[in-house]
Amino acid sequence: MIRLKNLTKIYGGITAVDNVSIEVGAGEVCVLLGPSGCGKTTTMKMINRLIEPSGGRIFIGGKDVTEVDPVQLRRSIGYVIQQIGLFPNKTVEDNICVVPDMLGQDRKTSRKRAAELLEMVNLEPAAYAKRYPKELSGGQQQRVGVIRALAADPPVLLMDEPFGAIDPINREVIQDEFMKLQAAMKKTVIFVSHDIDEAVKMASRIAIFRSGRLIQYDTPDNILAHPVDSFVADFVGHDRTLKRLRLITVRDAMATEPPRVTPDDDVDTAVALMKRHGHVSVVMVGPQGKVLGFVRLEALHGKRGRVGEHYEKLTSVVHVDDNLRNAVSQMFANDQSWLACVSTEGVYQGYITQRSITHLLGATYRDR
Amino acid sequence: MVEAHRHQARALAALWRVATLALVFTLGVWASTSGTLGAMMQYREDIAFLTVQHLELVAISGGIAIATGIPIGILLARRSLGLFGPVLTQLINLGTTVPTLAILALAMTVLGLGAPPAIFGLAVLTLLPIVLNTVAGLRAVPPALIEAARGMGMTNLQILLQVEIPNALFVIAAGIRTALAINVGTVPLAFLIGGGGLGELIFTGIDLMDTGLLLAGAIPTALLAVAVDFIAGQLQFWLVPRGVNPLR
Ligand SMILES: Nc1ncnc2c1ncn2[C@@H]1O[C@H](COP(=O)(O)OP(=O)(O)OP(=O)(O)O)[C@@H](O)[C@H]1O
Ligand SMILES: [Mg+2]
Repeated sequence: MIRLKNLTKIYGGITAVDNVSIEVGAGEVCVLLGPSGCGKTTTMKMINRLIEPSGGRIFIGGKDVTEVDPVQLRRSIGYVIQQIGLFPNKTVEDNICVVPDMLGQDRKTSRKRAAELLEMVNLEPAAYAKRYPKELSGGQQQRVGVIRALAADPPVLLMDEPFGAIDPINREVIQDEFMKLQAAMKKTVIFVSHDIDEAVKMASRIAIFRSGRLIQYDTPDNILAHPVDSFVADFVGHDRTLKRLRLITVRDAMATEPPRVTPDDDVDTAVALMKRHGHVSVVMVGPQGKVLGFVRLEALHGKRGRVGEHYEKLTSVVHVDDNLRNAVSQMFANDQSWLACVSTEGVYQGYITQRSITHLLGATYRDR
Repeated sequence: MVEAHRHQARALAALWRVATLALVFTLGVWASTSGTLGAMMQYREDIAFLTVQHLELVAISGGIAIATGIPIGILLARRSLGLFGPVLTQLINLGTTVPTLAILALAMTVLGLGAPPAIFGLAVLTLLPIVLNTVAGLRAVPPALIEAARGMGMTNLQILLQVEIPNALFVIAAGIRTALAINVGTVPLAFLIGGGGLGELIFTGIDLMDTGLLLAGAIPTALLAVAVDFIAGQLQFWLVPRGVNPLR
């Protein structure tokens, strides 16, 4: 969808962007990441021709951007900047509709669309549409800045540190909201950041820059697991393995088709099952397969009767779509060495253990 | 925060109104007790005629100043002018130090006697604060707004009309208000070069040492100045949109 080919920008003596080639597929989020002054903004602004390249070419949907009139080009690309840049003289609604209005779209349709977009970022249209930017909080302004870029439904979105000026807690919330929007709209996004956590969270691919040069262009997991050099390794941080936890879902890490017992099962059956699997405990499920609790081998020692008379409650379970970071956090918090993994309905799907997680993370390094 | 500002602005406006009324009232009481009111009343017709003439001078010269000052200011604030803009703006700044009377005298030497040189002189005088405030207002528009506008695909003209001017409007309006205050206060001098207006009563009053005549010119001039500033202030308050009006 977007292709940068040998892109170069030279200011006087300094090369701000040095021979950068990147391809971003349709619907992907490409995060440009790197320390201050490494050329991220310059690279981005060449895409909508706010800066003219010194060399190289840029294609959007196969078309060379230099063949399109810059004004027309920019109207077809959503643009979000760190300073937000909402127009103080226009209401929230009119701010959102700047591009649709320039394109001569029907007012009623565009205002309706603005209300929908406001709803998507949890701003009640009735309360906010007619306000002026100065009557919004910083986080609310930033949300409006993002949906303003989406108003004319452009296929491509350029975002220069759009959440950089927001406090960490709000930033997480807005990032989540944006990811939800993105899941629905599937824009091709170029996103500038210098926050590795943000990049890992948002990116399909991360492009790491250093003094104008592209050092590594890869998926977040590969960047964290296999940084190409010490610069990248230092930049992503010494806790990069822990950062990977967030990228892996419980579903991908759990052992499936786990052994299980029901309350009506005989104690002897349960003991035999655990011994056969080499487990010291087993999950007890109800008739629909919902997790009810668990029994420990130790606790059944010398006991008779049914499993239902000897089970214990589980302090916590984890959803299969949750990420490993949350799973590990739960294990630590509850001093558990394993967790039962459940579907939304609470049906038992599998289990993860601290040992299996350690093994999974380690395996990637051994593969290499 | 915003609410507090608005309350403050309302309170100020109310205070202003009360103060004006009080001033008018005291002047009235003082004028009637000292017998000057009677003296003034004999010039009733002159006052009416000259007030209209006075206001005409204000309206025409002020109108010309606004109509030319804003475009000049916009031109001078263009970043594409490079150093030329700031240099010219500094020259205009210097221009504000030239005494009013000198400007009127210069206008007279070129255009002769009568209303035209008076209007010209007044317009030049009124022009300066308008130009300076227009430049200052436009320069103060945050670059991020302009970048956002350009990045969204606005043309230069759209950026000027939809972003730069609206966001400079409050400062421009403040310039116009100052300019009009200077203008109204200076109009009496127009009489000196044959421009007419209430200055006729004032200066004749001085020449003849006739307090009644003098006040017949001075009091309406003062009231006009207060009224014009009040109206300009109200216009600034209500016409500059809420989003860019720090008073609302
Ligand atoms: N107009 C300019 N003239 C000269 N040099 C410039 C200009 N704009 C940027 N540069 C230089 O180009 C380099 C890259 O700048 P750029 O703004 O792309 O950095 P960045 O990666 O976005 O940094 P940051 O994270 O601080 O925003 C810097 O060294 C900067 O000093
Ligand atoms: Mg930058």
